[in-house]
Amino acid sequence: MMVIRNVKKLLFIFIAALSFQTAQAQLEIEIISGNASALPIAIVPMAWQANDPAPATRVDEIISGDLYRSGLFDPMDVGDMAEKPTDGEAIRFGNWRLLKVDYIVVGQVRTPPDGDGYELIYQLFDVHTQEMLLSRITTVGPGDLRFGAHRVADSIYEALTGVPGAFSTRIAYITATGLGNDQRYELVVADADGFGPQSIVGSPEPLLSPAWSPDGRHLAYVSFEQGNSAIYMQDVSTGARELISSGKGINGAPSFSPDGKRMALTLSRTGNPEINVRDMATGRTNQVTQHWSIDTEPVWSPDGRYIYFTSDRGGRPQIYRVSPEGGNPQRVTLEGDYNARASISPDGRRIAVAQGRGNEYRIAVWDIETERFTVLTPGTLDESPSFAPNGSMILYATREGSRGVLSAVSADGNVRQRLILSEGDVREPAWSPVIR
Amino acid sequence: MKNAWKLALAVLIALTLAACQTAPKAKPATPETAPEPPKTDVDTSAAPNPHDYADARNFDNPESLLSKRVIYFDFDKSTVRPEYRGIVSAHAAYAKAHGSARVTLEGHADERGTREYNLGLGERRGNAVDALMAAQGASSNQLTVVSYGEERPVCRVSDEECWSLNRRVEIVYTAK
Repeated sequence: MMVIRNVKKLLFIFIAALSFQTAQAQLEIEIISGNASALPIAIVPMAWQANDPAPATRVDEIISGDLYRSGLFDPMDVGDMAEKPTDGEAIRFGNWRLLKVDYIVVGQVRTPPDGDGYELIYQLFDVHTQEMLLSRITTVGPGDLRFGAHRVADSIYEALTGVPGAFSTRIAYITATGLGNDQRYELVVADADGFGPQSIVGSPEPLLSPAWSPDGRHLAYVSFEQGNSAIYMQDVSTGARELISSGKGINGAPSFSPDGKRMALTLSRTGNPEINVRDMATGRTNQVTQHWSIDTEPVWSPDGRYIYFTSDRGGRPQIYRVSPEGGNPQRVTLEGDYNARASISPDGRRIAVAQGRGNEYRIAVWDIETERFTVLTPGTLDESPSFAPNGSMILYATREGSRGVLSAVSADGNVRQRLILSEGDVREPAWSPVIR
Repeated sequence: MKNAWKLALAVLIALTLAACQTAPKAKPATPETAPEPPKTDVDTSAAPNPHDYADARNFDNPESLLSKRVIYFDFDKSTVRPEYRGIVSAHAAYAKAHGSARVTLEGHADERGTREYNLGLGERRGNAVDALMAAQGASSNQLTVVSYGEERPVCRVSDEECWSLNRRVEIVYTAK
């Protein structure tokens, strides 16, 4: 049943449209496997009442695309809509019931009274009860119409699932193109739907491990531009950047604390990789772990009480946790040969890892309370999991043939999607926090 | 085709030059003049002894271990395998004989596993070669370890043959 239902979906490839920013190859997003219980919803084209001409991509298309990609919704094709009401009073619910739609969204786009930007005025109705579930005005600045549409999708998602949407967030990732001396690495930031990718730094030397600051304004990353690994922190909008660490040995795996005041990082100045914590205001750095093994890939628990990290102190890499103040690390993952590169769910209860078994690496999620793994992906070289800020999806890096691509999987493993870049390798995705 | 002609031309020039150089040596040496003691490294006439690891000419001598500059490793291991100990010893001997020599040991990993863990693994491999060279007389200020993890593969196919080429330490001279 699910297969038949998905035939249509497989044909529908959502292309993050409009390539006016042609400097960077566009990401395309395609659903690989959907959800049989997706909610049928109609996002009716909104009446365009703004002063400037309507854009080529309509607001309702952006909203439908977001909801569709979540795997939880089955938005109706505009071509199948017999009528297109733009306010609640004009909805003839009986007609929509016949079309087997459960929910309907109607609205208008206007220029605000002060004359700048856009107001998206919309209502969400339950078609069966005719109840109005949501009535809102979302106001955004000029040039932010897409962001506004994503915000509307966030609200609809939250109203119907109880979980805040993450469509108005962004993703960062690394691309690698060319071979040998022509190799080029870029750190790219794009909207969560792949739209508008912009390179924020490029280098002929490797770039890796992008990490967002909790306010979404900065990215920390590792660059080999000086001939050895070094950590930089860069303002995403201005491009201003600061060298954080470039000592002898490895300077890697930056991770901001939830309050943004500290950064965990891996340094091997003592001779082998150890977890360190840097106070961002004073620059003072304290060593947190002390062991001859490889200790790396630190990430903070959402409450800031623990740093989770990868260590092979038990023989093979596993996830451990330690207080940011130091002390004895405790082993966390108790199953499997190889568990590394943790990403912690926003509620702090689950840990996504790259799990190795023989030559296969898959994304698996460890439930801290039940102490059980759930393997989410079928890949052979899946790595770099990154939880969405609402915990609904996990973005990760995988391989197609010899090339690196990004994929996302729902936290329950039911929905998977592929983010395709037209050329080169894409790797190390990092999902931004919610940007307010 | 064009390259073949270039090669032929280069060979011809090389042969001509070689003929010019060997011609004077064909003269019988006069027994009265005692030969000057050779100034070690600058003796370009004789072929280098491949086992003389202090002789910089052996860097380009395929007969010598000094011409080999890559050490390969087992998966998730950093032990220098016995068959590579000789190469490491040769470079240690060179470094010991030439105090001004500087060596960067570039550690690499294959693509399996996570990137930052592989940075650690590459460093561990570099450190293993570093320790072996230091134990054989190279001085610690001559040696620098840099790990590239899995970021600089020499081969991009996902199979064991390719992976085994990527798990390596490259011995790179920044000064000879």
